[in-house]
Amino acid sequence: MSPLTLVVCAVVLGAGTFAFRFAGPALRAKVELNARAEKLMATAAVVLLAALVATSALIEGAEFAGYARPAGVLVGGVLAWRKAPFVVVVLAAAATAAGLRLLGVP
Amino acid sequence: MRSIQRTLGRELMRDIALVCLADGIVGISYGAIAVSAGFEVWVPMLLSVVVFAGASQFLFIGLVASGGNPIAAVVAGLLVNARHIPFGFAVGDVLGKSWVRRLVGSHLMLDETVAFALAQEDRRRRRAAYWACGLSLFVVWNVSVVIGAFAGTAITDTDVFGLDAAFPAVLLALVLPSLKDRGVRTAALTGAVLAVAAAPFLPAGVPVLLALLGVPLVLLVRTEAEAGKSEVAA
Repeated sequence: MSPLTLVVCAVVLGAGTFAFRFAGPALRAKVELNARAEKLMATAAVVLLAALVATSALIEGAEFAGYARPAGVLVGGVLAWRKAPFVVVVLAAAATAAGLRLLGVP
Repeated sequence: MRSIQRTLGRELMRDIALVCLADGIVGISYGAIAVSAGFEVWVPMLLSVVVFAGASQFLFIGLVASGGNPIAAVVAGLLVNARHIPFGFAVGDVLGKSWVRRLVGSHLMLDETVAFALAQEDRRRRRAAYWACGLSLFVVWNVSVVIGAFAGTAITDTDVFGLDAAFPAVLLALVLPSLKDRGVRTAALTGAVLAVAAAPFLPAGVPVLLALLGVPLVLLVRTEAEAGKSEVAA
């Protein structure tokens, strides 16, 4: 692919992504949201993040990501729920997945 | 920067640094993968500066490298990033009022910055967490992509370190406090199930958007809870 095509693609993808990012803050500044709508927006963000957690833990491409990754996320999640420090949560999740793979779990 | 430090405290600064470290390793692998797929060094670097959204960058590089149509690769990347629209409505108030802050702050909108902001209780901390996380990640991500691109194939498989489990675990830890609310929990669980069920059949990015169908549930559950409360009051 020619360098020019790549630059155009990168700029279009960047501009589109920026437009998505900017839409919320720009529109919010124009309309005053009531407390209920504000709560609903925060909920929508939490729902998206939760869906992102679930899909990125379980799915790779269009297929099941294997057992090691969700097991790591689960260990991290339980530790977070038990109020373990963030550092412990993240390192335990990574170590669990890496450890299981060392043992041959996909 | 010093006032950000004071507002955030040492603990939150450490959490943000940890996320930066994990994303930095992913950035190195992204740069290395892009170059080993045959792209010149400036391609992954340009994408990191102007797009600054890891998942869509990996997807774009992967699709183009495997001979995909560039327009399709751009469309796929945009689909993956469409979730930033609702993100913007949720955290738009933490960016600040001036144009510069809104422009720069928007570009720093990422899963991580949004999750860090939402996890803070008061507004000052929300704002400080968003900016500290966003600015550090922008620097770390771009520097690590350059390192990866030049170091070549040093690290291409972050799965060996379990880093693929670190990203969902980070988001999960940040989102957990919000799930204490029963309505939000119902909406989030429903959304997550919908997204996972749809993932094998829909293009990347769409399943996560589909999760928004779970949002109206929060109203149903809340009305129920409110009804229960008013009954008790009566």
